Amino acid sequence: MTTDVKNTGSVVAPRRAPGESLRQGRRRRGGVRKVLQHALLVVVGVLMIYPLLWMLVGSFKPNDLIFLSPGLIPEEITLEHYTNGWNGLTYPFGRYILNSAIIVLGALIGNLVSCTTAAYAFARLSFRAKPVLFSAMLLTLMLPIHVLIVPQYIMFTSIGWVNTFLPLIVPKFLAVDAFFVFLMVQFFRGIPRELEEAARIDGAGYWRTFLQVMLPLTVPALATTAIFTFIWTWSDFYTQLVFLTKPETQTVSVALRNFVDATSESNWGALFAMSVVTLIPLFVVFLVGQRFLVKGIATTGLK
Amino acid sequence: MAVVEEFRHLRDARGTRGPRRRRTDAERKEERAAWSFLFPWFVGMVLITLGPMIASLVLSFTDYNLLREPSWVGVENYERMLGDARLHKSLGVTFTYVLVGVPLQLATALFLAMVLNRGLKGLAFYRSVYYLPSLLGGSVAIAVLWKQLFGVNGLINQVLGFFGVTGPGWISNPETALGTLVLLHVWTFGSSMVIFLAGLRQIPDMYYEASAIDGAGRWRQFRSITIPLLTPVIFFNLVLQIINAFQSFTQAFVVSGGTGGPVDSTLFYTLYLYQRGFTDYQMGYASAMAWLLLLIIGAFTAINFLVSKYWVHYDD
Repeated sequence: MTTDVKNTGSVVAPRRAPGESLRQGRRRRGGVRKVLQHALLVVVGVLMIYPLLWMLVGSFKPNDLIFLSPGLIPEEITLEHYTNGWNGLTYPFGRYILNSAIIVLGALIGNLVSCTTAAYAFARLSFRAKPVLFSAMLLTLMLPIHVLIVPQYIMFTSIGWVNTFLPLIVPKFLAVDAFFVFLMVQFFRGIPRELEEAARIDGAGYWRTFLQVMLPLTVPALATTAIFTFIWTWSDFYTQLVFLTKPETQTVSVALRNFVDATSESNWGALFAMSVVTLIPLFVVFLVGQRFLVKGIATTGLK
Repeated sequence: MAVVEEFRHLRDARGTRGPRRRRTDAERKEERAAWSFLFPWFVGMVLITLGPMIASLVLSFTDYNLLREPSWVGVENYERMLGDARLHKSLGVTFTYVLVGVPLQLATALFLAMVLNRGLKGLAFYRSVYYLPSLLGGSVAIAVLWKQLFGVNGLINQVLGFFGVTGPGWISNPETALGTLVLLHVWTFGSSMVIFLAGLRQIPDMYYEASAIDGAGRWRQFRSITIPLLTPVIFFNLVLQIINAFQSFTQAFVVSGGTGGPVDSTLFYTLYLYQRGFTDYQMGYASAMAWLLLLIIGAFTAINFLVSKYWVHYDD
């Protein structure tokens, strides 16, 4: 593609082909173009990130100053929003963080175990119902949760699971997140069959082949699954709103939303502070797991 | 990409199975092993997905408030939906959101992917910066931020004030409230952009080199090489984003305080469904609404697949 810009000015070739000067001109225009491209990208980037920084800075500004200037440099720094916000609801905010963490951990283990085994069957083993079941699995990728939530709510109410973490964890052990099944299927398909065949010839059963040969090779896909599960479960709101109505069971999403309703217009600092608190884990996971995320979306194409 | 291809393979593979024959012991053993791997998934499919789906269809023909036994009312729920003005309003809001937000978001994603794809330095950095909002965008915290960003004294109006313009309360004004949510949707273009970037990377350089020798300029290359070869990816993004956008809930719920206001201007279909189901406990009506949503999403997806024949180019 386009060559390095640095070389354009210093061409000292004694003899020039007829087309040379024209190409040089084009290259110089290419340099200007690059500068413009970077300028555009930086402007868009700043536009996108500025609101986040505004909130972060706002969470440290005294309330009467948050809305006075759009600038990022605070004249006065205060931590009162964090202490006020932390204790602004029925329970200290740490309680909601703990609740979210428990659900995330359960969902994580559930998805890692159940989606992986299901995917292995779909990717590698042959059985008669495979075309039907595989289509069914793909279709559930597109099934809106809104169609299932009412009967699920009735079902979980009748067995006393509402206001416990079970409706949010147990289904994950049953591989209901088709996205991850599909992700793992794609990944398994990319592993050469010879490895398994060698293990099978050595007399290993299906489960042993899976656990000892395949699983160690799928670590990148497992990492992608873990990261997406973390992010989606942590920021999930809809199912947590429906299934968790008692304060002691609520998660950061639901608590933060209740905080919005309970907070008067004048105390946005505390709300910002708690918003920042709930975003920090997502941001950390994003930093750590970026390359898995990008790869995960690029191969399965879901967000 | 991948998901769409799977469906095409399945369609193409139909009817290619050989005649049924007796299976060998090894095959039977493999079948048993397969079921042992699939067991949790299968239980989930039946209990958490398929069962509730059927239950939801049955419930949609009943009147049920959790306290008394469900009573069969035939198609009454569906009839009531025909005359429900708020439902019609919510459909209008949702369609506007989907039909404006999705194309805008995809156009932004495609444009920036194109700019980023030119072998620029710092690609990984820009990609991360653009991708971050799409990861955070679904959370309550971002909805909180948005509510304040577009509030009377929010960042937007502060900046406008700097230029001497007094902005309205964007969220409290029914004319502009939905627009702020569309903007939020556009803000999360990062994941689509990453998919576009992956798609662009698949286009072989030689096409561009060959066309450059033939004298094609950048615009011509964009129109005749990039766009046609990228159509499968555009199609994939379109299908997926439409399905997702129809199910948006959190942002409208938090920004409007659960009401869908002001004056129902942000009453997403899913939000109205939630109100009917979990505020009014009209489980029958909510189920009927859920099935209408499923039909709408199904119809949009089907139309997308049908129309794709005329504009999506596949290599094979």
